[in-house]
Amino acid sequence: MIDYFDNFWSIYSNLVLSLGTNALLALSIYLTLSCGMLAMANAAFMGIGAYTSAILTMNYGWPFPAAIAAGMAAPAVVAFLIGKPTLRLSGVYLAMATLAFGEVVRIFILNTDNLTGGALGLNGIPQLTMWWHVLLAVVLVLFFLARLRRSKIGRAFEAIKEDETAAGLMGIDVNGHKMLAFALGAAIAGLAGTLNAHLTFFIGPQEFGFDRGVEILTMTILGGINSLFGPVIGAFIITLLPELLRSFKDYRSVVNGLILVVIVLFLPKGLWNPAWMRKLIGLGKRGAK
Amino acid sequence: MTDLLKLTNVSRHFGGLKVLQDVSFAVKPGTISGLIGPNGAGKTTVFNLITGLLPPTTGDITLNGATLLGRKPHQITRSGIARTFQNIRIFKEMTLLENVIVGMHRHLDYGVPALLFALPKYRAAERRARDRARELLSWMKLDHKADDLADNLSYGAQRKLEIARALATEPTLLLLDEPVAGMNSTEKTELMREIVNIQGRGYTIFMIEHDMRFVMGLCEQISVLNFGKIIAQGGPEQIRNDPQVIEAYLGREDDEVSVVAGVQE
Amino acid sequence: MLEQQLFNALSLGCVYALFALGFTLVFGVLGVINLSQGAIFMVGAYAALTAITQLHAPLWAAILFAFVFSGTVGLLIDRIVLKPLRKRDAPHLIPMIATIGLGLAMNSLVQGLFGAENQRFPSEILPQDSLQIAGVSVTVLELGIILVSFVLMTVLMITLKKTQLGRALRAIAESPKAARLLGINVEGLFMLTSFAAAGLGGISGVLIGLYSNALFPLMGQPMLHKGIAVIILGGMGDIRGAMLAGLFLGFAEVLSVAYIGSNMRDAVAFGLLFLVLLVRPKGLFGSVQERKV
Repeated sequence: MIDYFDNFWSIYSNLVLSLGTNALLALSIYLTLSCGMLAMANAAFMGIGAYTSAILTMNYGWPFPAAIAAGMAAPAVVAFLIGKPTLRLSGVYLAMATLAFGEVVRIFILNTDNLTGGALGLNGIPQLTMWWHVLLAVVLVLFFLARLRRSKIGRAFEAIKEDETAAGLMGIDVNGHKMLAFALGAAIAGLAGTLNAHLTFFIGPQEFGFDRGVEILTMTILGGINSLFGPVIGAFIITLLPELLRSFKDYRSVVNGLILVVIVLFLPKGLWNPAWMRKLIGLGKRGAK
Repeated sequence: MTDLLKLTNVSRHFGGLKVLQDVSFAVKPGTISGLIGPNGAGKTTVFNLITGLLPPTTGDITLNGATLLGRKPHQITRSGIARTFQNIRIFKEMTLLENVIVGMHRHLDYGVPALLFALPKYRAAERRARDRARELLSWMKLDHKADDLADNLSYGAQRKLEIARALATEPTLLLLDEPVAGMNSTEKTELMREIVNIQGRGYTIFMIEHDMRFVMGLCEQISVLNFGKIIAQGGPEQIRNDPQVIEAYLGREDDEVSVVAGVQE
Repeated sequence: MLEQQLFNALSLGCVYALFALGFTLVFGVLGVINLSQGAIFMVGAYAALTAITQLHAPLWAAILFAFVFSGTVGLLIDRIVLKPLRKRDAPHLIPMIATIGLGLAMNSLVQGLFGAENQRFPSEILPQDSLQIAGVSVTVLELGIILVSFVLMTVLMITLKKTQLGRALRAIAESPKAARLLGINVEGLFMLTSFAAAGLGGISGVLIGLYSNALFPLMGQPMLHKGIAVIILGGMGDIRGAMLAGLFLGFAEVLSVAYIGSNMRDAVAFGLLFLVLLVRPKGLFGSVQERKV
């Protein structure tokens, strides 16, 4: 019995742990979406977290917890800096500006060879991530986001998502809340990047580009943003898909892209949609939270 | 009695277009006042200026003597001014209760640690909010629908929900932008009663409305706006008989003119 | 030294302007940011390449083929994906997300079909000569690019400003509902605009492919990001602004390469964008046209 699990783990540990980090990433995009923003920079924030923490552990021998903290703080600070001028733009501008920002981060990484290893990436990152790190991270983030949803902050996010002007007139500091969602999302993405980097012991700029950003978005949209479980389920499906459809591995991105289109067209609220499911089970209108 | 809200020589220009010119009036605390005028006179712009969505080109707007100029909308709300919208802006995907609780945002006094660990401070504040929200909904006779989705409400009920939500911000001054538009006469009479109740609880109300019967029946002080300028100010009787006001409405909808002229009662 | 770069900058700027125009047209008329425009750009380049290598077409025919092929792709995207979303009156972000998915799918499909390595146009079809104009040496290729871009932009401007069709498009850009009430065939013009905008994107792909002589599946991505910067800089939905901003970016990039070095070249666009957004959120040239529905 124990042997079976050992075997399973040695083959699939990376996959299981990737499920965890992908879930974190999907949740990070969920957070900004719940405030009505489409921020396409989370893959870049993941990269910033990954590189920051990896450089600190590799070159400066920082202990893991401190590196994790740095890996979350760095993207949050960057998010704050680029958020200041861009968040006051309307949703469409923000989406585009963050998309372009992702590219800038990639170029920056490519051009700072001595620090980041440039195009060749960073090799030999200490493999410090244990399975329980990932599990703990996912549980803590889920807990945090769930509590947030049930508070005035979560309500403010939802109000802003529906109608920014009306929300402002209710006394909600719209820009402040948007910045919170944005920076917090960046920190969670950074956490995922940190854990991932110390799992796979190698990171390169190509992992944090547009493809990855879209993949994360697909996970979140596929799962649906009506509840916290949606992004997690979406992450599970997208992560497992290439494993299940071995022949599709090369066309993985094509499939991801098409899934995004199909979901948007046919299942706009995503798979995990409490209202739809309640209807299925035959319950009535949704009650108050 | 000192003025609660005061506009002094307020003008608003859009390029060459003079939307408001030299508008001055005051709202006394505890009263119900109204702003009327033909369509396009600039009434909603006045509201937008008061709530900080737009800056005036010239002039001053003060609340209890302190200027509101330069402040952001959410700051002005926190100073005690709440408003409803001409084209209803409730949060459709939330329940009625949630809509009203959003209005209490700034009064919920707890921080991140409290909400994270469901500390007593958080639980008490949330409970208070829910109770207060039900109370406000009951003022507008909507409490039996507290857990329904706002999107499912009738038009008239949505307007009333907006008022309940505005009250949740605990304002001193309540701005109502066409509160009875689209309502039938039963709903209008009911709302008249509810507004008098609200005034009785100490709120000051200032409304924009087209329905003359409604305005004349409720407002103690009425200002009339035409082409961006105030052409008359006074009580209902005074306004009804003011020749300039009658002329401004001439050629507009018939029953508006008749009521103003006192022919139809 | 600087004059040498003049035509270089001009031709680059022209291509940026063309690409941005396609983007802006779709945004102005359809009210959608089509983030698959980068992929369409790349598809145009590959279409021309295929026409030349497989069908042995001359350059001018290949460019035409690229226009038609990309235009058709754009048209299909409108019919299959954008139209249902329009009918549903989905919030702005939704079509954007769909086009992101499409762009990704197209990039990966081409990579699967053609491979990830750089491809080149066969050297025989590339014009090699240079001319001397006012003491500056200009390649025929640069001149060709400038000429083609210029012609296309002029045709576009004239159509928009002087023809009935242009008036109809501008009416739709103001308000599709009102335009429909005026009897304008809004859906038909949506199709036409999608076709033309994608076609413009495809042509700019061919031109850049010729200019840099490197085709690869992800070539549309940096272009997309620059296109985004250009239309924000130029003011969203502003045709003239898009052209001016595109030209401006071309010059800014070439100058920065000359003085700062070529590594950060692709970041120039975003750097400019960031600076401009800080100071003037409405863009350099245009005013932000909010669409009245």
